[in-house]
Amino acid sequence: MSFAWAKPYEPKAPFMRWLDERLPLPRLAYGAVGGGYPVPRNLNYWWNFGVLAGLFLTVQIVTGIVLAMWYFSSADGAFNSVEHIMRDVNAGWAIRYIHMNGASFFFVVTYIHIFRGLFYGSYKAPRELVWMLGLVIYLLMMATAFMGYVLPWGQMSYWGAQVITGFFSAFPLVGEPIRVWLLGGYAPDQAALTRFFSLHYLLPFVIAAVVILHIWALHIPGSGNPTGVDVKDEKDTLPFHPFYTAKDGWAAAAFLTLFALFVYFAPNYLGHPDNYIPANPLATPAHIVPEWYFWPFYAILRAFTVDFILPAKLWGVLAMFSSILILFFLPWLDKSPVRSGSYRPVFKRFFWLLVIDVLILGYCGGAPATPFYVAVSQLAAAYYFAHFLIILPIVSSLERPLPLPDSISSSKLHGEKKEAAPAGISPRRGATAIVE
Amino acid sequence: MATLEQSAQGSDPAESGGGVRRRDFLNVGAVAFAGMGVVAVAFPLIQQMGPPADVLAQASTEVDISKIAAGQAIKTVWRKQPVFIRNLTPAEIQAANAVPLSELRDPQSLADRTKPGKTNWLITLGVCTHLGCVPLGTGEGENRGPFGGYFCPCHGSAYDTAARIRQGPAPKNLMVPEYEFLSDTTVRIG
Repeated sequence: MSFAWAKPYEPKAPFMRWLDERLPLPRLAYGAVGGGYPVPRNLNYWWNFGVLAGLFLTVQIVTGIVLAMWYFSSADGAFNSVEHIMRDVNAGWAIRYIHMNGASFFFVVTYIHIFRGLFYGSYKAPRELVWMLGLVIYLLMMATAFMGYVLPWGQMSYWGAQVITGFFSAFPLVGEPIRVWLLGGYAPDQAALTRFFSLHYLLPFVIAAVVILHIWALHIPGSGNPTGVDVKDEKDTLPFHPFYTAKDGWAAAAFLTLFALFVYFAPNYLGHPDNYIPANPLATPAHIVPEWYFWPFYAILRAFTVDFILPAKLWGVLAMFSSILILFFLPWLDKSPVRSGSYRPVFKRFFWLLVIDVLILGYCGGAPATPFYVAVSQLAAAYYFAHFLIILPIVSSLERPLPLPDSISSSKLHGEKKEAAPAGISPRRGATAIVE
Repeated sequence: MATLEQSAQGSDPAESGGGVRRRDFLNVGAVAFAGMGVVAVAFPLIQQMGPPADVLAQASTEVDISKIAAGQAIKTVWRKQPVFIRNLTPAEIQAANAVPLSELRDPQSLADRTKPGKTNWLITLGVCTHLGCVPLGTGEGENRGPFGGYFCPCHGSAYDTAARIRQGPAPKNLMVPEYEFLSDTTVRIG
């Protein structure tokens, strides 16, 4: 895989040679994240977020394994076991707050990673499968996050479980039996809690496996880049190590600093106070909303208020699922041969409109379901679907893109001759022409 | 940039031939900093495995011994481990004191293992020092072994009336925990 000029792995120490002949694991790492993976030289900071997502997945798995050592998934004891972790277990408060906020940060970096892909056309040929595997990871993340939020068995946990599994009851005939089957009862209880814990522990490892496929599929054509122009020769690339390990390391340090601010100074800012009240099956909290990372979808769910052929409840659920499923078709909805939004003046404007639209949806999803917010959600939800189904196909066929650079190096390596010249003898125009 | 300038003006030819460069300092600094971070992260992950505050809070327990007649023993619990409290009869005290210390695997006198003036109260952990089973000998009619103290059914270790190891694989006497008499009828263990 990768390019012809990728440096092959050459073990120097005798032990490494011995190992390479038997189990070429260092060779695999060298080719994947070492000096043997050539990466376009012009990646900007938006390209750091894939590695950051991997970092937060690791944080979640490590802290999650520790929490599972102390947590018990019993309807009587779950809430108290979480409080026990917070109060009595050594460093338990830190580990749980890291896990809680780690989930939010995992979604922050993943959303930035997704929108990076949307702007720079990362979903286009030959990277369609990279994009689709990424969406699979995202769906698994949502399922994992939802089930994890149920585990403390507080009020929001309980009613979150009730509402989310209630989605399935929207489907006619089979809906209610499916819901009862998912919960193992008529309402969330011991059976639901235990199976959510089991799956919450399992799914992160499934995510890790799909991440490996995601990276594997990415490394066949190699990483994209902000110009969207294909890599043509060795001048266009730099080895992953040390150039991008250093840059990713810098980004990781910067983002972990921000993460630490939340963990140590505002650990509950992104959560809901109601979840510190033990689950009560007889009283729903007054204002029930999911975690912030589900707000845009929650707004779409609530946007359907009128029965039209199908009941409104079913429309809401279908729309919510479709809003993600539609992204699987993106490589074919956007027909423009130009990848990067930087060279697509019309697309670029609509991209930012989509960002604003999703932010509005998010705000409405977190707000109480008053008529005003529902009306705004309806407009924003309609625009969301219009963006992918109407605007994108039309824009991509009518738009006249800006001229693309001949190559990555010609777009990035310019003016070096002038910059490198000693002060005072900067060559004039004519002279440059002769030199070149 | 600085590195380039340095080597361009460099008066030291070793600069290019394996000498120490600024870049090396940055490398060492970055790796050392990351190493500190790994240690800082590893510390709580290791520390959390230790006993939590609620377990440490169970470290002492108070027992009422007024109901234990001479010759009887009870089992109680301290730090989730069995503790034997035995009211020795004068004959048992005499038997324990009659053994010369030189014959013992783990030489201790009964006086070493009890409180002054309370030598009839033998308080030990009920954990065999071989592999941690609970020896027999507290309950009515239980096998007290050939030395009249305790007998471990797992591998046949026999303890005498001062709960000292006399026969079998166990290396040490039954452990005497820290305890004190709060009154004539109450002891606090731990």
